[in-house]
Amino acid sequence: MKAEDPLLIAGHEFASRLITGTGKFSSGPVMAKALEASGTELVTVALRRVDLDAPEGEDILDHLDRERYILMPNTSGAADADEAVRLARLARAAELNAPDGRTWIKLEVTPEPRYLLPDPIETAKAAQTLVDEGFVVLPYIAADPILAKRLEEIGCATVMPLGSWIGSNKGLRTRDGIEAIVAMSSVPVVVDAGIGAPSHAADALELGADAVLVNTAIATARDPIEIAHAFRLAVEAGRRAFLAGLPATGGASASSPLTGFLDGDA
Amino acid sequence: MAMLDLALLDDLSAWEPTASDIDRALLAPTRDLTDVAALLHAEHRLEEIAMASRHQTIRRFGRTMHLFAPLYLSNECVSECTYCGFQVWNRDIVRKTLTPEQVAMETRYLKHLGFRHVLLVAGEHPKHVSADYIATCIEAAASEITDVSVEVQVWDEETYARFVDAGCDGLIVYQECYDPRKYPQFHLKGPKRKYDWRLAAPDRAARAGMRRIGLGSLLGLNDDWRFEVLALVAHARHGLKAWWRSDLTVALPRLEPAAGFEQPPHVITDRQFALAICALRLALPDVGIVLSTREPPHLRDGLAKLGVTHMSAGSRTEPGGYSDPGGAEEQFQISDERTPADVRTALEAAGFDPVWKDASPVFRRATSGNRI
Repeated sequence: MKAEDPLLIAGHEFASRLITGTGKFSSGPVMAKALEASGTELVTVALRRVDLDAPEGEDILDHLDRERYILMPNTSGAADADEAVRLARLARAAELNAPDGRTWIKLEVTPEPRYLLPDPIETAKAAQTLVDEGFVVLPYIAADPILAKRLEEIGCATVMPLGSWIGSNKGLRTRDGIEAIVAMSSVPVVVDAGIGAPSHAADALELGADAVLVNTAIATARDPIEIAHAFRLAVEAGRRAFLAGLPATGGASASSPLTGFLDGDA
Repeated sequence: MAMLDLALLDDLSAWEPTASDIDRALLAPTRDLTDVAALLHAEHRLEEIAMASRHQTIRRFGRTMHLFAPLYLSNECVSECTYCGFQVWNRDIVRKTLTPEQVAMETRYLKHLGFRHVLLVAGEHPKHVSADYIATCIEAAASEITDVSVEVQVWDEETYARFVDAGCDGLIVYQECYDPRKYPQFHLKGPKRKYDWRLAAPDRAARAGMRRIGLGSLLGLNDDWRFEVLALVAHARHGLKAWWRSDLTVALPRLEPAAGFEQPPHVITDRQFALAICALRLALPDVGIVLSTREPPHLRDGLAKLGVTHMSAGSRTEPGGYSDPGGAEEQFQISDERTPADVRTALEAAGFDPVWKDASPVFRRATSGNRI
């Protein structure tokens, strides 16, 4: 089935604009059901949590249907470019690839463990190396429009600005930055952190972001499966609203031209 | 030390907060040391505090629990600490120091049980537990498993850098008693007697590139437990600024009986202990909280829901205790004797996903060879 309004990342078409994470869930089976309810097709997983030595059924990957989802390993925990690059190479060595045979990497370089804020300098360095080595690179960044352009020029497949601090559930606190990134970017813009409610996700899509990535808000809700479904609907609603063209706020908008009489021949 | 204001800690520990002080502490978006003190005096509102703590924990850490195992290298010790089974004058006990080969064997055994994180623990002995010896043991364990921490005597920055180079990811250094006026009465002899040198050990380790730092106080020494919790929070806050790159955990181990000792003094009730855990969570929302097998199963299962994020499981506190149990004296008696599999089942039943692996060999310095 061909989607009407597909999200295009690195030549791959996605019907869903909801990308999901796999952390913080109470169990593998709950995660699997929540992902299914979310309608997601692209799922990120922390390489530091992947344990290829684990007994069958014990590793996080055992709960991810590789037929259904494109796997996007992430470099969470990497404190600098070098660590991120080496994690990405591990993912490639473990053949955690997308169906196109390439390894998609969600690039996260976070030198401190509290706010998990991305280091722009190290992120750009790592992105350059990984793009050169043929990875599909999706970098997590602060909502910095110039950095977003620089990463696009390096060859990143998307940019993924944060809406607010990761795990904070505060929504689009970086709204102005994201608006500028949307306005300036030629690659898909994925709002990646701080989406705490379906309304936040709709908000991001309404303002023109191409997709959102949600993890904490799904994994830590009382009913992760039900809220995953709610996120699916919200993302669809936000996207439709964006395509419909939201009415302007602040001023009145007449339903028929006020100056039409000037064109008349009377 | 400038990081601890003793007069302030004394005042806050003795303070009697009003109901509105406690309300503020519960509702404030960020909490200062005064708020922490208010919480520590609000045992009558434990349920409310516990709910706030649980909420905060789930938001930041999700429904997960990190599991690790201690691996005792040696019970040789020249220090004289009044509460520890390894101390120098305890001549009736069987002393044992593992060889690096035995360390590798114990690590393999723990890996077989599911663990991917070991904490190497040793007494303080210049000959049997030298820096060379510890570095060699780190290498031995790191060649088997992704995540290796140490809890050993304190060292200088250069030695910590050696440990990091050898593959050490984390340092646990509990101050035991944060009150420098009382500390000497529990630490009579040996390297551990130097309060300031110990207190500044995390600063040195962080400068040396240690990725994770664990702080703690041994409850049961200082009879003023609130002072200890407040000091621990103050120390951690210093760390959040000074060691901003390092991941931080805190712990409040409670004193357990050890060889040659009577029942330790009872300074904190279970309810107060739960209150302390919750106060730590609310004071330090992004910091991991570690709970050991010193606590009995029902408390561990209950506290897991309130704020704890890291647990040991199936612990043996004597060197060689996994592959050769009973071969040497244990440091203290554990209370949760369940196997790792049983702990895991209990966690899963309580709605937690046990996390065994949360590190990668690529986080190690190239000098360690990134072996595994």
